[in-house]
Amino acid sequence: MIDRLRRHLLAVAAVLLASAVTPSLAVEPDEILDDPALEQRARDLSAEIRCVVCQNESIDSSNAEIAREVRLLVRERLVAGDSDQQVLDYLVARYGDFVLLRPPMKPETYLLWFGPLVVLLLGIAAIFVYFRGQRAAPALPPPLSEEEEARLARLLADEAAPKERRDSE
Amino acid sequence: MMQRLLFLLPVAVFAVIAGYFLLGLAPDRDPSSVPTAMIDKPTPSFDLPAVPGLETPGLATADLASGEVVMVNFFASWCVPCRAEHAFLTDLAARSGVPLYGINHRDKPEDAVAWLAELGNPYRRIGADAGRAAVEWGVTGVPETFIIDGAGRIRYHHRGPLVPDVIGREVEPLLSALRP
Repeated sequence: MIDRLRRHLLAVAAVLLASAVTPSLAVEPDEILDDPALEQRARDLSAEIRCVVCQNESIDSSNAEIAREVRLLVRERLVAGDSDQQVLDYLVARYGDFVLLRPPMKPETYLLWFGPLVVLLLGIAAIFVYFRGQRAAPALPPPLSEEEEARLARLLADEAAPKERRDSE
Repeated sequence: MMQRLLFLLPVAVFAVIAGYFLLGLAPDRDPSSVPTAMIDKPTPSFDLPAVPGLETPGLATADLASGEVVMVNFFASWCVPCRAEHAFLTDLAARSGVPLYGINHRDKPEDAVAWLAELGNPYRRIGADAGRAAVEWGVTGVPETFIIDGAGRIRYHHRGPLVPDVIGREVEPLLSALRP
């Protein structure tokens, strides 16, 4: 009984493990190229290309018709002898930078790439200014003048005998 | 004084974030819209056969380089917005006299034939596309419509159905600008 239960649990664990390790694949057997090196290039490239109707999925993992079409196209271009960059350029010419999952570095995207760094530097600058301001501030206030000393003594005396003061009001 | 201004910093940060939220909520913003890269590009090279069972001839790049302004419309019988735009498209082609060419996208020929028989066929030529031509044209789905000028350059690319609002606001002004 216990043995059977253990075997069941093992089977469940195996299935869970397998599903966790295997990435969701959309590439169908008929798409795969005969040349394993070329197929690997196609797979790596596909992971960089956005499925334009799925917004945030690569064509490598999307089951959409257009994703399949672009996967086939990528493989055709690679077989025809295109470099990876030529394939990407071909798609960018048709769908714009939108088709790339990793935005390219160019003046329009500098803010995107360097924005976080700029914010970090601003934060560091702010902390620096804050602490420097604190250090520059006088450590001790100037000593009390004679007049202030007298007033302080008067107030302290009042506090020592609060009842009297209330009565006098 | 500097210290006081520093207290305004959270307010400024909030204002910036709120501004972006407001932009995100703008009524005419469509988060699923895909920008186009086809404007001012020459028409892609393609050569599509006719839809079997249809008398309308097929469509190739050369057909679009006729020296006059033409419209190219991607459609499919299985596409509901295509059905919605069909009457407006037919009317636009008839009214403006601009040749309308169709690309029948990922369709069964018999379905396309039945669809055109039911709704009417405003297309001068129709190419049957298994999917590749759509990628060549930077199309993400159907319907999509292009306007090509006399020099064979794409001047307009619209994703989604051509409804009267879009026709009146974008298509007609462009057509009259392209055809003096």
